Amino acid sequence: MNKPAILVLEDGTSFTGQSFGAEGEAAGEVVFNTSMTGYQEVLTDPSYKGQMVTMTYPLIGNYGVNAEDEESERIWLEGFIVKEYSSFPSNWRSEEALDVLLKRRGVIAIDGIDTRALTRKIRVHGAMQGILSTETQDTALLLERLKKVPSLVGQDLVTQVTCAKPYEWKGETGSTTRFHVVVYDFGVKRNILRSLAELGCRVSVVPAQTPADVVLGMSPDGILLSNGPGDPEALPYAIAAVKSLLGKKPIFGICLGHQILGLALGGKCFKMKFGHHGGNQPVMEMATKKVQITAQNHGFAIDFSAVEKDIEVTHINLNDQTVEGMRHRNLQASSVQYHPEAAPGPHDAAFFFKNFVDSCSK
Amino acid sequence: MPKRTDIQKILIIGAGPIVIGQACEFDYSGTQACKALREEGYQVVLVNSNPATIMTDPDVADRTYVEPITLEVLNAIIEEERPQALLPTMGGQTALNMAVALYDAGILKRYQVELIGANYDSIKKAEDREAFKKVISDAGLAFIQSGIASTLEAAKALVRQTGFPSIIRPSFTMGGLGGDIAYDMENFERAVEAGLASSPMHEVLIEESAIGWKEFELEVMRDKNDNVVIVCSIENLDPMGVHTGDSITVAPVQTLTDKEYQRMRDAAIKIIRGVGVDTGGSNIQFALNPANAEMRVIEMNPRVSRSSALASKATGFPIAKIAAKLAVGLTLDEIRNDITAVTPASFEPTIDYVVVKIPRFAFEKFPDVDRTLSLQMKSVGEVMAIGRNFREAFLKALRSLEVNREGMEPSFQKNLGVEALKKMLSRPTFNQISQITDAIRLGVSIDELYGLTKIDPWFLNQLQQIVQIEADLVGLDQDAVLLRRAKASGYSDRQIGRITHRPESEITAWRKREGIVPVYKRVDTCGAEFEAHTPYLYSTYEQECEAAPSDRKKVIILGSGPNRIGQGIEFDYCCVHAVLALSEMGYESIMVNCNPETVSTDYDSSDRLYFEPLTLEDVMHIVEVEKPLGVVVQFGGQTPLKLAVPLQKAGVQILGTSPDAIDRAEDRERFKKLLDKVGLKQPTNGFARSIEEAEKTAGEIGYPVIVRPSYVLGGRAMEIIYDPQSLRDYMVHAVTISPEHPVLVDDYIEDAIEIDVDAVCDGEDVFVGGIMEHIEQAGVHSGDSACSLPPFSIGPSVLKIIADQTTVIAKELKVIGLINIQFAVKDGEVYILEVNPRGSRTVPFVSKTIGQALAKIAMKVIMGIRLKEQGIMKKTLHHVAVKEAVFPFKRFKTDAILGPEMKSTGEVMGIDQDFGNAFAKAETAADNPLPTSGTVFISVKDGDKAAVTPIAQKLNALGFQLIATKGTADYLNRFELKVEGLKKVQEGSPNILDRLKNHQVHLVVNTVGDKRSKEDSQVIRKRVLQDGTPYFTTIAGAKAAIHGIEALLKNKLRVRPLQVYHQH
Repeated sequence: MNKPAILVLEDGTSFTGQSFGAEGEAAGEVVFNTSMTGYQEVLTDPSYKGQMVTMTYPLIGNYGVNAEDEESERIWLEGFIVKEYSSFPSNWRSEEALDVLLKRRGVIAIDGIDTRALTRKIRVHGAMQGILSTETQDTALLLERLKKVPSLVGQDLVTQVTCAKPYEWKGETGSTTRFHVVVYDFGVKRNILRSLAELGCRVSVVPAQTPADVVLGMSPDGILLSNGPGDPEALPYAIAAVKSLLGKKPIFGICLGHQILGLALGGKCFKMKFGHHGGNQPVMEMATKKVQITAQNHGFAIDFSAVEKDIEVTHINLNDQTVEGMRHRNLQASSVQYHPEAAPGPHDAAFFFKNFVDSCSK
Repeated sequence: MPKRTDIQKILIIGAGPIVIGQACEFDYSGTQACKALREEGYQVVLVNSNPATIMTDPDVADRTYVEPITLEVLNAIIEEERPQALLPTMGGQTALNMAVALYDAGILKRYQVELIGANYDSIKKAEDREAFKKVISDAGLAFIQSGIASTLEAAKALVRQTGFPSIIRPSFTMGGLGGDIAYDMENFERAVEAGLASSPMHEVLIEESAIGWKEFELEVMRDKNDNVVIVCSIENLDPMGVHTGDSITVAPVQTLTDKEYQRMRDAAIKIIRGVGVDTGGSNIQFALNPANAEMRVIEMNPRVSRSSALASKATGFPIAKIAAKLAVGLTLDEIRNDITAVTPASFEPTIDYVVVKIPRFAFEKFPDVDRTLSLQMKSVGEVMAIGRNFREAFLKALRSLEVNREGMEPSFQKNLGVEALKKMLSRPTFNQISQITDAIRLGVSIDELYGLTKIDPWFLNQLQQIVQIEADLVGLDQDAVLLRRAKASGYSDRQIGRITHRPESEITAWRKREGIVPVYKRVDTCGAEFEAHTPYLYSTYEQECEAAPSDRKKVIILGSGPNRIGQGIEFDYCCVHAVLALSEMGYESIMVNCNPETVSTDYDSSDRLYFEPLTLEDVMHIVEVEKPLGVVVQFGGQTPLKLAVPLQKAGVQILGTSPDAIDRAEDRERFKKLLDKVGLKQPTNGFARSIEEAEKTAGEIGYPVIVRPSYVLGGRAMEIIYDPQSLRDYMVHAVTISPEHPVLVDDYIEDAIEIDVDAVCDGEDVFVGGIMEHIEQAGVHSGDSACSLPPFSIGPSVLKIIADQTTVIAKELKVIGLINIQFAVKDGEVYILEVNPRGSRTVPFVSKTIGQALAKIAMKVIMGIRLKEQGIMKKTLHHVAVKEAVFPFKRFKTDAILGPEMKSTGEVMGIDQDFGNAFAKAETAADNPLPTSGTVFISVKDGDKAAVTPIAQKLNALGFQLIATKGTADYLNRFELKVEGLKKVQEGSPNILDRLKNHQVHLVVNTVGDKRSKEDSQVIRKRVLQDGTPYFTTIAGAKAAIHGIEALLKNKLRVRPLQVYHQH
């Protein structure tokens, strides 16, 4: 039997289960993810920096882990919360069991708790701060420690996940190199880079704080603002850089990149109750009225109602009518709140990369 | 985009009778479709020959035709009704094939009927193998290597390319009928011949085998804006090679990474677009090589299916309902998700539990049928269970099966030894799971088990974990932590009791002392992301309970569990009516059932739905949470009935007829006393607890006798015995006798007419809903016999006696609700065969014939509304309805002789102005259409020769040619008939088999006496079944056929909806 572990939420609720990852203590904002497959991609998605994730699907670990499905070089989330960890992986690509990976990477994980109760709690009260411990069962002590953990709001988490130096994506590429795309790494997922490369782009990745003139100096055909963790308003440097890039090169934003672009264009940012995290979010393309099932992972969103004159809302979420995509009416700038690169999730929106790449030729 | 306004009236074709491969899932989908379309303001015309369905209730559609699903009938209905559209995707393969036939015959064009949901081209593309193959390769996907053959030679040429083992699938058949796997040329030839014969197109597909690959299914929906969503993913526990209907299946997929799953999802979307299903749902099946995830497309069904019913129940996303709305032009984003009430249907359900479906088989009914599972579906029903882990869902499903097993307790082959067990494991059978767990107990490793079974190691490991808990329990019977672990893994108290050698009640008490009780979670389509507004619940052992019971007055209805022979859709029909009646009266209705195919497990049917096993423990938990006024056990057949006494002992109020009254009717000795008390007659009878006692009792009664074990359903192991030697055989081989389980021995009254009565009693008044006369003589199980309402040969005085006796018994038993009585009538004497104080198989048939819903009336009586207050009165019928049974003989390649053991899977109804026409329709609907000209083959046992003579004379007068076996011919020719005598099969050619093969026979009348004559003539009946030649195996049936043939020759086909019949 594994060591006991406990999760304590800021409202004092606690869930007791067993540890199946590394031992220790971790804290962060607790969010739920509704994807039934793709736990490894979730774990390695830098956007989860500062958060602890509970999977609503109860059985996690069934197919093990493998090197191919990593979305970055490490696990970024603070803690992992599941109903039942399955320690007997079975899949032809499985290289090792999930708990081995978690332990090696020092990630704390708990199983054996009522994750549906936890999810319902978050749904009703909104995303909450939580602390996960394998060291003590003393909820009062843990609650005390939790109080010292800063909220996501106003925190620059991007600095912690962005690359230290610019680099070129060396993954599998398409046959010809048509365009040069510079990707701002706010916490980029590999599948974004892979998707661009497959369409024949040379992909240069730059750190989040790279000034606009440096990027322009690289003579890109287009600029992509990546996904990433946390609050976009805590990233003034990025907003400033995007402002100076606008109108000079085609810009495309994904998720946090969409929020940064939105703020640069005068939109208002707000924190959502519990955000969108999963692979089944319905998004309507306003022009065609067609629905895409999309992968999403965001706790903040942008309201464009004040800048309707310049901004066209191109996509909305059919569950809650929030903005899922926009474009500037005059400038070559557009973005989506969701993840066209999926990983994990459906590929319905994959054509966005093609649209972006096509716009690079204009 | 708004719905279409250019159509007002829509025709829906149902799936017809329940057969293996096509069961009550199509009642569920058809009912949903009717409701959904009427909700949108369309008129619905429904055609279905199956009276046991909810969809054929006159309230469900505007015009309900209970008529045979044939081209001629459909043509007449279309001519009469002039619908603008036909929705062909709700009635299984039957409806789809009929739609194609109507199109091909030019009927749709002539009356300008548009196919909606799936058009002609897309049906063709999905169903025609070659066309489908092209769609697959155009989409850049791989299809299993295959080719089409319409002759044996062509098939042999193909198999030389595709190799062995080879898969043979007939085109356009349902449930894999005629499909087979061949490992060598000899078996291949046999399989191809059978396949060609069973394909309506006379075509088979020869396919490379992917046996041992993993099998998956996706349920896909598409709307007219080309929005596509995947509703559910399903992983088959059984590998390729076992028909998906016979496989244990699990939702969602368990062993695929997101990359692999998304690749499959992309493929499914390409296929539904390629096939061009404009609107609605489709089921697409994939095979995956476990070594490298190489993917092949297996097939697609461009319609709702068994899997879509399962997917709907597994996710809470009502596929058929939404498909119906899409078919009239709505789009997914315009349709609300009922459960969340705030989000649209254009999303993909995410589930936060595990769903396991396990099929139920009926091999005990067909001892000579091969029990290996293969491409041709053999199961007759299924159960589904939901849990928060696989083990919990799996064990809940196992105990839902009601096969006298609680879980995975050690099974039979105890002394078999590892090697023998391993050998058995390499061939999948219905019992493979017990063999696997036995092997685990004997220490066989997962690797080795995988090698033998090709079941994914992940599932094998889960089974191993279940076995491990069992082992842990043996040593530690006071460990509460372990108890909790066992409960969370799905173990029942009874099973824990068996393992620890303690009574169930003791385990329950201990568990409650430890505070270990289940909670209920909701099925909400969204993993709790949105609030669920529909109480669709399942139990699990966790922290938070979401049951949130109301404080309304409420009643629990117990359902009928998995379909099986003897207990099928009829009981679900009764349960649904009980629920409807409760709503009408203002009570909250709570449904408990575990059968995913049914209307009762639609969350829309009752106020609250508990998808749970029907065991004492599981029901008690619900009672404890809900605190209902009481529980109703009389609508769901034997399943709830056997819980009546234990529930009452546990302090639960049983509403309606008391458990004691039920026992008085079921217990033979008490029943005898009851009849003596009221002065009614039953055939002489007695008991036997040993072979000697049996011989003595039978001797006293006089042969022939009917023997059977006590407390049985569907005439299980019931036989007519003509001599002491057969009796000894029976006692030794057919039953296990014990002092607690005696064998019942009854006088068999030969050539008696059997009568079935369904009535409702409120304790004082009795409403006799219907007196049905069986066509076949007493001794043929009532479920297998055709019957007529009203009777066609019994006079008013005997009918009055029957009605009076029904009233006397119902009152004596103080029945509150439904009662069914079976009588035998011989020479004016009336005998009582059986009394069932509960809903019966014939309740829906009677209700639809008389236009009064008996089960609903009964439910109201149960809640205290007297028959008089309900204003129930007997109406005179101006029409005749005939019920005919439908059998799986052809599928099982087994003998077609009828007896006291029930073998039918379903039923049809023919309704018309007189008996002859109604009978002819029933036979047509049962796929045994009566000929109006041609050749009749007669071969009867000696005892029937006199009785068959007038039949032969009549046939002769009607212009039929007669042929017979030598003996029968000689006999008949004495009556100036020109009957051609044929050689017996054993005597060489030309014999009857040659005539049958050449399709020179149009009707067969064949009765058999002793075992030997049965065996001799079996080859004839098998040939008859294979060719689909109409046949009768009783004199009574043949007599009725004459009436039918005369009616067909005299009258034109007349079709009428139930709503019109009921006006009179």
